[in-house]
Amino acid sequence: MNVAISNTSEKPIYQQLFEQISAQILKGELESGYILPPIRQAAHELRVSVITVKKAWEELERRGLINTVTGKGCFVAEFSPDEMQRIRNEMVMEQLVNEVTFYKSFGLSLDELIELLKKVY
Amino acid sequence: MLALDIRNINKKFPSFELKDISFQLEKGYIMGFIGVNGAGKTTTIKSILKLTHIDSGEVHILGKNMAEHELELKQEIGFAFGSIDFYTRSKIKTLTDTIKKFYENWDDQIYSNYMRRFKLDENKKVADLSTGMKVKYSLALALSHGAKLLILDEPTSGLDPASRDDLLDLFQELIAEGEVSILFSTHITSDLEKCADFITFIANGQIVLSGEKEEFKEAYLLVNGSKSQLDQVKDRMISYKTNSFGFTGLIQANDFDPSSGIKAATPSLEDILIYYTKKGENLHG
Repeated sequence: MNVAISNTSEKPIYQQLFEQISAQILKGELESGYILPPIRQAAHELRVSVITVKKAWEELERRGLINTVTGKGCFVAEFSPDEMQRIRNEMVMEQLVNEVTFYKSFGLSLDELIELLKKVY
Repeated sequence: MLALDIRNINKKFPSFELKDISFQLEKGYIMGFIGVNGAGKTTTIKSILKLTHIDSGEVHILGKNMAEHELELKQEIGFAFGSIDFYTRSKIKTLTDTIKKFYENWDDQIYSNYMRRFKLDENKKVADLSTGMKVKYSLALALSHGAKLLILDEPTSGLDPASRDDLLDLFQELIAEGEVSILFSTHITSDLEKCADFITFIANGQIVLSGEKEEFKEAYLLVNGSKSQLDQVKDRMISYKTNSFGFTGLIQANDFDPSSGIKAATPSLEDILIYYTKKGENLHG
């Protein structure tokens, strides 16, 4: 598991943790059954507060990306390729909604935006 | 379980008073106690530890009333006031030998580990220690009897950035098992942005807000905009600064209308501290 936290980002740290770990799960880098480090240990190692990690893990669980087994820890869940795609699209859509507000503020049409996206992607 | 439960502390001095101080710290977490100089941080901490007499209110530590179980509870508490100002002509060794007698669970092994970790020489006199070394020594004393609750007044303020970083790492190490809880006061808010779980903010002897760190920050918004936009929100601002580009200021999140088109972002702890301290100043401007 790789995590890089930015303290200068506007995004809350738990959100950064959640996004980075979910991306790794949805890309298949973290396979189902992979055990996430215990909350307090992760907090110490990442130098963030216990509650920050707790929130990130809770968010992963709410999305169905991990399962918590009491006394054993948190495991990456098992899902079908369809489910994986559904969760991935859901998360990307949420991000896009924010971005679109920015592009619209510059008066871009959808076609113009797509043209620009093609250039930079 | 609550490590610390403070209920309605009142304490009046001729020119200052603590008014109805209440807050709680859950076991196993770090709480930052913030406020500018003179806000009442040290007086509150002294009230918790019964180092000053309070007019009214109750302090419960690890489920027990401090007023009834003071001696027993003090075995469970490690406290440090950021320096050592007594017996300054004695060697550290002599002072430690005196202090450790008060603690049933004093552990020489842990103590010497901290002395090594903090690079402190037991044969030095207290008076010969630098400010940072005094802070470290007071921490070594606070950490060597297996305390379950650490109450530290400005533990980071005399330390250089590298020592501060080491200390914050140590705090997180201490709470990793979930048994130890830490309350530490500071005006260096950057120390808290990462490691603190909860924030309690005191100003003018009153608790402004106490809560989980992100929720604490999200209770406020740092807004900025043009001078004409300022007129729309002026009355509701905690305080603001103006310059030739417009204004920047702090507002309570539920006093802000997102449809106003004014730019707003979550403030840092420092922003909150700064603008709160200026509260009321704009009235004269």
